[in-house]
Amino acid sequence: MSVATLEVRNLQTHFFTRAGVVKAVDGVSFTVGRGKVLGLVGESGSGKTVTGFSIIGLVDEPGRVVGGEILFHGQNLARLSEEEMRQLRGNRIAMIFQDPMMTLNPVLRIDTQMIETVLAHTKVSHEEARQRCRDTLGMVGIPSPEERLKSYPHQFSGGMRQRVAIAIALLHRPELIIADEPTTALDVTIQGQILAEVQKLAINTGTSLIWITHDLSVVAGLADDIAVMYAGRVVEDGPVSEVLDKPLHPYTHGLIGSVPSRNKRGEPLRQIPGMTPSLLKLPPGCAFRSRCDRATAECAAPIELMELTLGRHARCIHPHMEAVAA
Amino acid sequence: MSDITADTVPVVALVVKDETPFRRFVSEFFASKIATSGLIVFTIIAVLAILAPWITPQNPYDLAQLDIMDGRLEPGSVGGSGMTHWLGTDDQGRDMLSGIIYGLRISLTVGIGSAFIASLVGASLGLLAAYGGGRTDSLIMRLVDLQLSFPTILAALMILAFLGKGVGNVVIALVIVEWAYYARTVRGSALVERRREYIEAAQCLALPTRRILFRHLLPNCLPPLIVVGTIQVARAIALEATLSFLGLGVPITEPSLGLLIANGYEYMLSGKYWISFYPGIALLVTIVSINLMGDHLRDVLNPRLKK
Amino acid sequence: MTVYLLRRLLQALLVMLAMSLIVFVGVYAIGDPVEILISPDADQMERERAIKALGLDLPLWQQYLTFLFRAVQGDLGRSFVFNEPALQLILQKMPATLELAVGATFMAVLIGLPLGLYAGLKPDSAGSKAIMAGSILGFSLPTFWVGLMLIMVFAVQLGWLPSTGRGETAQFLGLRWSFLTRDGIAHLIMPAVNLSLFKISLVVRLTRSGVRETMLMDYVKFARAKGLSPRRVTYVHVFKNILIPVVTVVGLELGSTIAFSVVTESIFAWPGMGKLIIDSINVLDRPVIVAYLMIIVMMFIVINLAVDLLYSTLDPRVRLEGKS
Repeated sequence: MSVATLEVRNLQTHFFTRAGVVKAVDGVSFTVGRGKVLGLVGESGSGKTVTGFSIIGLVDEPGRVVGGEILFHGQNLARLSEEEMRQLRGNRIAMIFQDPMMTLNPVLRIDTQMIETVLAHTKVSHEEARQRCRDTLGMVGIPSPEERLKSYPHQFSGGMRQRVAIAIALLHRPELIIADEPTTALDVTIQGQILAEVQKLAINTGTSLIWITHDLSVVAGLADDIAVMYAGRVVEDGPVSEVLDKPLHPYTHGLIGSVPSRNKRGEPLRQIPGMTPSLLKLPPGCAFRSRCDRATAECAAPIELMELTLGRHARCIHPHMEAVAA
Repeated sequence: MSDITADTVPVVALVVKDETPFRRFVSEFFASKIATSGLIVFTIIAVLAILAPWITPQNPYDLAQLDIMDGRLEPGSVGGSGMTHWLGTDDQGRDMLSGIIYGLRISLTVGIGSAFIASLVGASLGLLAAYGGGRTDSLIMRLVDLQLSFPTILAALMILAFLGKGVGNVVIALVIVEWAYYARTVRGSALVERRREYIEAAQCLALPTRRILFRHLLPNCLPPLIVVGTIQVARAIALEATLSFLGLGVPITEPSLGLLIANGYEYMLSGKYWISFYPGIALLVTIVSINLMGDHLRDVLNPRLKK
Repeated sequence: MTVYLLRRLLQALLVMLAMSLIVFVGVYAIGDPVEILISPDADQMERERAIKALGLDLPLWQQYLTFLFRAVQGDLGRSFVFNEPALQLILQKMPATLELAVGATFMAVLIGLPLGLYAGLKPDSAGSKAIMAGSILGFSLPTFWVGLMLIMVFAVQLGWLPSTGRGETAQFLGLRWSFLTRDGIAHLIMPAVNLSLFKISLVVRLTRSGVRETMLMDYVKFARAKGLSPRRVTYVHVFKNILIPVVTVVGLELGSTIAFSVVTESIFAWPGMGKLIIDSINVLDRPVIVAYLMIIVMMFIVINLAVDLLYSTLDPRVRLEGKS
C-alpha cells in the first residue's frame, strides 16, 4: 500500500482558556490520498478550521495540539520543530484562507508578498523569483501579470485577490493545499470560476487538497472523499457520492436534509432542532444526541468511529443502515 | 424519545446563569490586581481629601496658625508650637503634610469637577452630532477638530490669561479644553450604535427623540465614555497642577499640589528638597492610581481585543 | 496632487484668518494693558499719549483690521515691553524651541519604538509588564515635577549637568544651535529628556497596541503560512503596518511638544518661545501673545500637511486627491 499524502490520526487540539479547556478538535482522523480532494464539512465551530491550522502548525495561543499524529508522507508533523515546520509551510504544504480581503498585507505590493514566498524556500535570484511569480499569476488566470505584480492588494477585486492567494499557495507546487472556505466570501459566479480553476490545477499537478467548507454543494462537485465534523469530531466519512446519497450518521442525514434544493417545493424545510453544544463542557458519548431523533440512553457512552460498510465510517450506534441496505 | 430528555439537559444549558454585563464587568475589573490596587489607593486618597479638616494637624489656610519662624523646617523636626512636622514645613512655616492633604482636596475637586462638567457637555454635544447628522454634525465636529488640534496646555494658558486666576476659572478652562474628547468619543460610538436594529426599533415605536438619545443610545455609548472619563480626570489633575505651577492656576491663598511644588522650586537649588518633593509624590500617586484603573478599563471595555 | 496642495493652502489661509479673529478678540477684549504699561503716577496727558501711540483708543474692529493689514505685510505689531517687532522677537527664540522639541521627539521614537515592539510581541513576559508599568508612570508623571527632580538629582546633588540656559551655541544655517557644541549638548540633555518622557510612553503604547492588533490579522497568519521566517513577519509585515499610526501620531504630536515646551523651558530657563510666552502672558504683552499664537497655528498647519504627505507615501491605500 502506497503511503497517503496525509493521514491524520486521532488529532486533538485544545484551547486552554480562562473559562476552561475548549476541546476544539477532539479525536479527528482522516486520510487524503495523492491527487485526491477531501471535503471537510461541518457547521461553524465544529473544529474544521482548527483542524486545518493544526496540520500546518499555526494554532495560536492558548491553543495547542495535545494528541494524535499528523502523518505527512509518513512523517509526523506534530513532532517537528518550529523551524522544520516553517520549511514545510508554503513550500510542501500551502494554505488558502477564507477572506481574500484580509489575507494580503495591505501595505505591501503583490510582488513583495509573492517574491518573499519564493525566496523563503529556494535560493534563486530575485529576477528568477519574479519570473516564477509572473508565470504563476498567469496560471491562475490573472491577465497582464507583469503589471499586476506592481499593484497593491486594494487595487484588486475580491475574486482577484483570492486568485493571488491561490497563486502564492501554488508557487512551490505543494503536495498538499489546505483551503479554508476560500470561496465563501465570493460571488457565486466567481466561486464557480475559482472552483473550476482549482480542480484543473489539482488534476494537472497531482496536488492533494483539503477543502474546508460548510457548503455541501461545493463538496459534491469538487471532492473525492468527504469527512463530516461535529463538535470537534469526525462523525462520518467516506466517498463523496455515497455519503451524500446515503448518509449513515443522523447528523449528516439532517445536514443534507437541510439543503433547501433537496427539499420539495411547498413542503416546510427540514431542519435540525436545537443548536451546537458548547465545546467547553462536552459530556462523553455522542455530542449530537441532544438533537437526534434516534438517540437512546446508550448514546451517552463513548463511541468510536466504526467502519460500517466498505470504506465508510460513522460514529453512531443507530446509523441509517436501511438506506445502504436498500 | 422521552427517555433521553434527562441526560440531554446539561449539553444545551451551558450558558452561565444570570451574568449581567455589569456583573461581568465588575468581575473582569477585579480580576486585575493592578487595577484593584489602583482603586484602593485612589479611594484612600479621596477619603483623606474629604476628611482633610478633621484629620490634618494644622489648618494651612489659617494664617494665625502659621509661624514664619517655623519656615523651611526639615521633615521630622518639631516646630515652635511643639508640633512635629513629619514632612517638614514650607517657607511660611506651613506644615507640609497638612498642606498636601488640603492641596489634594483642591486638586481632586478641580480635576473631577471639571471632568464631570466636560463629560456632560461633551456627551450631549456628541450625541446631538451623531443623532442630528448633517449640518449639526459638521458644525460640532469642526469645533471638536479645532479644539483637539490645539494643545490643551496652550489653550488653557490662553483662557486663563484672559480670565485671570481662581479655582472657578481653572475649572472653566479645563472644561473648555476637555469637552471635545468626550464629544468625539460619544459621537463615534453613537454613530455605530445608531445603525443597530434596536435604535431602528425604538424609532419605529415613535419614541420621543430625547428618550431614544438618553435612554437607548447613551447607555450603549457608556463603555468608551468611562474609559475616556477616567483618563481625562487624571489629565485634568495634571493640567491643573501644571497651570498652578506656572502661576496661572489657583490663587496662592488656596494652594493646590501644583502651587506647593512651585513654592518649593527656589529652595530646591539650596538642597531643601521636601517642599517640592512630597507634594509631587502625592500628585504622582493620585494620577498613577487613576491611570492604572483607566488602563485596565480600556482593556476590559475594548471589544477589539475580545476574542 | 497640485490641486490637493492648492486646496490645502486655501484651507490653511481660512484657518489662519479664523484663528487670527479668535485670538485677537480673546486677547484684546480682556484685560487692560494700560494698567500694566503705564505707570500709575502718570498724569492724564501722558496716559492719553501712550494710548494713542499704542492704538488702543480705536474701536476693536478697527484695531483688528489694522492688525490684519499689517500682518499680511509680516508686521504682527511691536512688543509693549521690549519695544521690538513681536515677530522678530519670536523668530529669534524659535530655533531654541525647535531644537528642544525635535530632540525630544527623536528620543521618543528611538526609545519608544523598540520597547513597544517588544511589549507587543511578548505581552506576557515580565519585561513587557515592566515596560507597560513604566509607560503608565511616564503618562502620570507631571512634566514640571520630573523637571524639578532631574535638576535636584543631576544638577544639585550630582552636579553632572547644568540646569539652566542653552550653553554654548554654534552657528549653522545662519542660526545658533546648542546641539553642535559639547557644552550645548550637556545643556540640552535634561530638558529634552524631560520633554520626551510623555512622548516615549505614547510611542510605547501606540506601538504595543498596534503590534497586538496587527498580530491578530489574517494577513500575518497568512504570511506565516507562507513559511516566512518570524523575523520577516515581524519586521516587514507587522512593522510596516504599525509604522503608519506611529509616524502619524508622532508627527502630529510635534506641535503639542512645541506647546508643552512652555513648561520645560520655564523650569530649565531655556530661552525659547515657551518661556517668552509665559513672560508675555504675565505682563499682558498682547502683540507678542497674538504673534506667538499665529506662528504656532502656522506651524501646526505646516506640520499637519507634512504628516499627511508622509502618511500617503507610507499607506498605499491613501491617495491624495483634489476631491473631498
